[in-house]
This record gives sequence, C-alpha cells and structure tokens, in this order.
Amino acid sequence: MLLIRCPYCEEERPELEFRHAGEAHLVRPSNITEMSDEDFEGYFFIRQNPKGLVYERWRHVHGCARFFNAVRDTVSDKFVMTYKAGEKKPVIKGAAE
Amino acid sequence: MARTEAARKPVLGGRMANHAWVGVTPAEPAKRLSLRAPAESVASLSRTLGLKLPERPKQSVLKGDRAALWLGPDEWLLIDRAESNLDAAVDRVRVFHSAVDVSHRNVGILVEGQGAEATIAAGCPQDVSLQAFPVGACSRTVLGKIEIVLWRTGEAQFRVECWRSFADYAFTLLAEAARDANG
Repeated sequence: MLLIRCPYCEEERPELEFRHAGEAHLVRPSNITEMSDEDFEGYFFIRQNPKGLVYERWRHVHGCARFFNAVRDTVSDKFVMTYKAGEKKPVIKGAAE
Repeated sequence: MARTEAARKPVLGGRMANHAWVGVTPAEPAKRLSLRAPAESVASLSRTLGLKLPERPKQSVLKGDRAALWLGPDEWLLIDRAESNLDAAVDRVRVFHSAVDVSHRNVGILVEGQGAEATIAAGCPQDVSLQAFPVGACSRTVLGKIEIVLWRTGEAQFRVECWRSFADYAFTLLAEAARDANG
C-alpha cells in the first residue's frame, strides 16, 4: 500500500486514509462578480493536468481531517513531498509552473 | 424541562466474542464530546476539564474515568466513562471553542487479549505494532470500509469507537478477525 506523509500527523499513513482534492495553489479572484465568463471558466473549470510532477491538494479525511498540499508524479504515483496548506509553493525541478 | 426518560437499548446489547487469545466486547455507555478549539483556548479548556488536552499527534491523556484523544491539530474526542456531565463543565468555559455531545453517536468496542493486535490489524491499514502505536496512542483511521477512532489502552487492549449505525459491521468484522487471530 502507498504510504503518504501527513504534515499534520507528522508520519506516513496508509493511502486509504486520504482523499485527493484537486489542483493546489489556485487563487480565488477578488473581482469574481466583474469577471468575464471566459475568465471565470478558466478559474473554475480549466486545470493543467500535466504529465509528470503536479501540485495537488490532498485531505487526510480518515485521520486528522486536514487539507494539505503534495507534489506527486502522475506517471510513477510517487509522492515527492507533502507540506501544510498555506505554505509557499516549493520549487521542484521538472514540475509544471 | 420535559422528562426525557427512555429505555436504553444498546445497539450491541448481549453480543460478545470471547476466545482464549482475544475477546471482543461492547464497551459500557460513556459520555462523549467532540471538541474543537484553537491553540489559545487549550489551556483554559484543560483547566476546566481537569486534564491536559494533548497537543501532539496520536496522543491521548487519561485521568480517572475521563480521557482526551487527539484527533487533529484543533480537534479532540473526550470520553468520560463515568458519564459525568461534560457539557456543563465545558459550558463554563468562556474562551472560543465548539463542543458537541456525541455520546449516542458513537459506540465503543473493546478488543482485549494477546491476539488484540492481530485482530485490529485484520481491518486497519495502520501499523498497530507497539513501536508504531504505543500504549496511549490514538488515531482516527479506517477499519474495513468504515471510519473508526482507534485507541490503545494497554499493551494488549484496544478501544474502537465507531458510529452507531456502523456498530454491527465493526463488531462482526472484529469478531471474525478474533476467531482468525485465535487459530
């Protein structure tokens, strides 16, 4: 079983306790009522979905229940690192911007 | 206040699975609170409750009949086996917090004996060996296909807390696992 390190529980836990929660570091626009439909669509629906290293949100739903961020390789399913929500996006070589 | 007396009907009433190596039995009814509070409120809540709320992952604190289990960075499960009035105690706390009575939401199951670790491991994906899950460790986790709170109360003693409607599933799974752990 895949082990994922929860930055709040500070240890590796079985993947069954976790749930994927989409792309990380999306910033909600401050002018959401004035945006054009195209811009809103871009914010709301359009995701990068690259092959390789991705920044994702995960939730330790059957553990501490906290959301956190992870860098994962979509090809090998290897978790490069995990870090707490709100922390700065780490620069990883080979990851999509 | 209206009288609210009703016959208590435990969901696992009368069930047990006792083997030479391990026994699975329903726990006595207990008072339970789901407590959420930021770090600033912890000291005040600890004073009122009479036990120090643990602030590190997987830790629990037991004092007399009352226990506090760390579930998340700002979340605890309080279990009082004496069924004392935790609500009233927490009501007096003026600092910011949220306390919800979940006494009847949860059901406790005790797994005790030499085969307890093997019985839990049959359905729980966490490492429950003594090194990784020492006495006093607690965690919200998974048992089979349900969510539970697992608490190691002794070297060969675990308490499983599951939601009431999952109690039959949890007990049946543990009873089957106990039979296997026995063989």
